[in-house]
Amino acid sequence: MAEQKGAAIERGDGDAAVDQGHGYQSRHELTEFGKSPRSGLPAILRSLLRNRMATIGVVILVLVVIAALGASVISSQDPRRGRILDSKLPPAWSSGGSTEHLLGTDALGRDIFTRVLYGARISLTVGIVAVLIAGAIGVTLGLISGYYGGFIDDVIMRIADIQLAVPFILFAIAILAVLGQGLDKIIITLGITGWVTYGRVVRGQVLAWKRTEFVEAARCIGARDGAIMLKHILPNVYASIIVLASFAVASTILAEASLSFLGLGVPPDVPTWGGMVAAGRDYIISGQYWMYTFPGIAIMLAVFGINVVGDWLRDYLDPRLKNL
Amino acid sequence: MGRYVIRRLLQSILVVVGVTFLVFIILYQTGDPVQLLVGPDATKDDIAQIRHEMGFDRPWYVQYADFMSGAVHGDFGTSLRQDQPVWDLVVERLPATLELAIAAFVLSLVISLPVGIISATRRNSIWDNLSMGGALFGQSLPVFFLGIILIYIFAGQLKILPSFGRGSGGIQSQFSHLVLPAITLGTFSLARNARLIRSSLLEVLGLEFVKTARAKGLTENTVVWRHALKNALIPVVTIFGLEFGNLLGGAVITETVFAWPGVGRMVILAIQQRDFPLVVGTVTVVAIIFVILNLLVDLLYGLLDPRVRYS
Repeated sequence: MAEQKGAAIERGDGDAAVDQGHGYQSRHELTEFGKSPRSGLPAILRSLLRNRMATIGVVILVLVVIAALGASVISSQDPRRGRILDSKLPPAWSSGGSTEHLLGTDALGRDIFTRVLYGARISLTVGIVAVLIAGAIGVTLGLISGYYGGFIDDVIMRIADIQLAVPFILFAIAILAVLGQGLDKIIITLGITGWVTYGRVVRGQVLAWKRTEFVEAARCIGARDGAIMLKHILPNVYASIIVLASFAVASTILAEASLSFLGLGVPPDVPTWGGMVAAGRDYIISGQYWMYTFPGIAIMLAVFGINVVGDWLRDYLDPRLKNL
Repeated sequence: MGRYVIRRLLQSILVVVGVTFLVFIILYQTGDPVQLLVGPDATKDDIAQIRHEMGFDRPWYVQYADFMSGAVHGDFGTSLRQDQPVWDLVVERLPATLELAIAAFVLSLVISLPVGIISATRRNSIWDNLSMGGALFGQSLPVFFLGIILIYIFAGQLKILPSFGRGSGGIQSQFSHLVLPAITLGTFSLARNARLIRSSLLEVLGLEFVKTARAKGLTENTVVWRHALKNALIPVVTIFGLEFGNLLGGAVITETVFAWPGVGRMVILAIQQRDFPLVVGTVTVVAIIFVILNLLVDLLYGLLDPRVRYS
């Protein structure tokens, strides 16, 4: 069974290398110089370093994680409180700016740089936790749906259809209207609304795997359904799940930012990137661009970083998911 | 084919009913809106009476059955705040949203097709790298941030385009009001489609029948446009169908940024005001549009790909 998985990944890597056009290059290098300079690294790292975009993505992500974890170390200022006398200060490089407020201050005198750092915390937390919830629901339902088929499959897939028929943002807004504001609520909402893609992809793959001989064999020796699903089928689907999840973190961060922008996410004093852009919106014409530009760029960079890493992960692990 | 259409139609109806049920239950949980409608001076008896008059004291399944029996006849209830039939309000706002979504869709299509095709045919050229880098960038840009940046540049600095509303009177005013919202809404799907078209076309260009076509001595243009593209478009069409639905959803944010008088803005306002029938009605109408589109896309498959058998 482990062999199956290994084979699938190898196949995937091969396709990816051909598709990227980088594979040949490095193999060429290998013959020319006798041995690869990075031969000591595991295959996955070598593949990552070969892909320039993905390397940039990883660097960006590392920076975002450092910002999130080290916000209170990097900046000593309070993200929720500012001096009203310091309101609307421009960034340090503009006239009137000071090094105390690198990226300027908002209308309440709060330091934009500090708030952007703390915003990374919210975005990453929401992105990762919501994706874990959505993934857990989706994988479970997908496994059940694909494995058992029949009535239960029909029910689960119709629920998926129903959820897909409502634009995601409307659905999330409706749920948030019930739950109210709060970080936990936005995580729950994005977790509930995000499961469908996993459900469908996992179901499709389970349909294929359950007819294979090793699953038949497991059934013959009396393995129970739960064990077959979790120990024999699920490991073969991991690659797809990881790829889906990586893209989902990006889209979840975008969704959280959108909901915060609409004022539906977290209370306004909590520093979120989307909320900061919304607050800066009133100052577009009056020219205080720093209030919305820096949090906006932060969202963009984080999402960009995750997307390029996701692209590479997909090419490496499961090129079949290209059309997602 | 006939049986397939009927089966898909029944499935679609089931989905729409499911949507109304889901939204109804969710909003029912928010509590009844009577408390918000009456002022703080209302007595308990007043509230009880209004609640009774409006039917909010009935069990949820009676309220739902009532809503559905009306909906079948085109009656989606009455807005609590505006005292007008929900259907009229939606119909009044829908053209603005459709205008925006269609403009964004056309923009996305008109640009993504040539960009994707050229990128695929000149793979790894400077053009390919630039446009695919740009597409990745476009996919990472939050809709609302893009809208604000465009407003800053074109309305704030250059002062050549209006930043809010739909314009009035002449076609020129309406067009100039549409430009920024359409770009804002269309960019994400433009970026995604360009990438999708490229990868789909690249895949098809590697297949045997393309080699055959080339071996026959056909020009590269004929190979790409007549033979490869038709096959490459199959996965793209699926996404396009879903894409239009996403555009309708994305319109919620775009309409908020540009104060565009469409359905999306109305629904956000209705949720804030707990205008319960208006929300359910609007979401139902949007879902119906979306489901019809998906049905059309499924049927379109058969025209593009004769291998698809409707069984």
